[in-house]
Amino acid sequence: MIQRLVANLRVIAALGRRAVRQTFRRPQLLAPIVIFPTLLLAIQTGGAGRAVDLPGFPQVNGFLDFMLAGAMIQSTLLAANSGGIALAVDIEMGFTDRLLAAPISRFSIVLGRLVGTAALGAFSAVWFIALGLIFGAQIEEGVAGVALMIGFVTLSAIAFGGLGAAIALRSGSASVVQGMFPLVFVVLFLSSAFFPTALMLEPAASVADYNPLSFIVEGIREPVISSLSGEVFLEAFGAIALIAALSLGLSALALRRRLRTGG
Amino acid sequence: MEAAGATTTAAFGPAANLATVRALVQRSRNELLRVPGAAIPGVLAPTIFFLGLTAVFGSLTLLPGFDTDRYQSFLIPVSLMQGAGFTGAATGVNLARDIEQGWFDRLLASPAPRPVLLAGLVISASLRALVPATALLIVGFSLGVGWPGLAGLALAVVLTMGTGIVAALWGCTLALRFKSQSAAPLMQAGMFILVLFTTAYAPIELLQPWLADVASINPMTEVIDAARQGFVTGGVTWGETWPGLVALASLIALMGFFALRGMARSNY
Repeated sequence: MIQRLVANLRVIAALGRRAVRQTFRRPQLLAPIVIFPTLLLAIQTGGAGRAVDLPGFPQVNGFLDFMLAGAMIQSTLLAANSGGIALAVDIEMGFTDRLLAAPISRFSIVLGRLVGTAALGAFSAVWFIALGLIFGAQIEEGVAGVALMIGFVTLSAIAFGGLGAAIALRSGSASVVQGMFPLVFVVLFLSSAFFPTALMLEPAASVADYNPLSFIVEGIREPVISSLSGEVFLEAFGAIALIAALSLGLSALALRRRLRTGG
Repeated sequence: MEAAGATTTAAFGPAANLATVRALVQRSRNELLRVPGAAIPGVLAPTIFFLGLTAVFGSLTLLPGFDTDRYQSFLIPVSLMQGAGFTGAATGVNLARDIEQGWFDRLLASPAPRPVLLAGLVISASLRALVPATALLIVGFSLGVGWPGLAGLALAVVLTMGTGIVAALWGCTLALRFKSQSAAPLMQAGMFILVLFTTAYAPIELLQPWLADVASINPMTEVIDAARQGFVTGGVTWGETWPGLVALASLIALMGFFALRGMARSNY
């Protein structure tokens, strides 16, 4: 029993390492995770930075402090999409079939990919925190706040990665997963990732109030701009748990269907 | 060898050049008609950005110094240029694919002069830029974007097509340099920077000082401001138009130089 668990953990670690290496070797996979969110962060901070003067904007040291959480979550969503694309490519190329024929737990194949996505999520959190600090952001909650932010972003990566994996397993097509790319931005724009919901236009503001992504973003943002309250923490954690349960459930169903029908 | 090449080029007269350009444009049109799904991301991405940014940053017009109370009118020219940037960059990706699959080698081995081959690619891109532009204008006008007048609309269309040419030349330069579709993010990132490090989100007086400095030396700022005037004020003046046209012509000349150099350095 323990031997089997250890063997599965080794498989998950090996597949996770492969996923991370794959991303760093292919510019097409890395660019959406690092380059585009960084460019967008720079443009939005520089272009809409005076928004902090608007009545009703939360008290912040600067617009960059407010925007960091949005950049991290954008990067994480795109990492999940890239992970889904890479899994679909594995299915198309027959690599997943070879893994399925191996004497390993089937779900460890999916978990291996999710571990890779989680590692990329943690990398994106560290990247944006470092960028923020270099360019003058202040993290009010200090080191504990940084640890909490990295934790939330990493868990979010697993939750969103599950959605990417479910679509990849269900469709088996990289272009279908890639087609989900614009939806990432729809979900982002309909959340508080880039602006306070109170200052957004309707109907986007109302949608953002109920979007689970808004709760996650606020959980990552709070340690930067003020002190984290228990309520915001629980809402963020609950939203991540909800998405993770849904996405992992969908992945398990899609994997079972793939094994039953063979495609 | 050189004499033989010269004879071949001379024999390839204006009529044959035009036919080659027409054939390449037709091929691009066929791609669009036969695989319409391939054009969807190029239409969807700028449209989602337009709708999303309007919803998110719409209250910026409340800041003193904003020259319109309708953010969608302020943003629409940026989205038009972004759409042209996406389609132009896609031309570069398609060229990289043709190079990878060996199809472009056959074009290079033909007697068609290389500038003519490049012209076929960039003219296709400028025409394809009208696809996202049409979708954006329909969405924009239905959401209250100000009517720019016929002259303003014509100017916006010309500047959009010109930006499509700039993006295609940039994409082709990179495709000829790297000969791989892996260069796609670089093609898109280049246009992303060119179009958005401008007065994309707010007038120059309201930008953060570092971005105001970048925007003031970025030629695309003049192009966007020229395209924007009609949507924001309802009219077009020559004083605000010519800097945009000059900036665009300069960008086309610069990118054209690099793309032609890439073509000249290609094997065959």
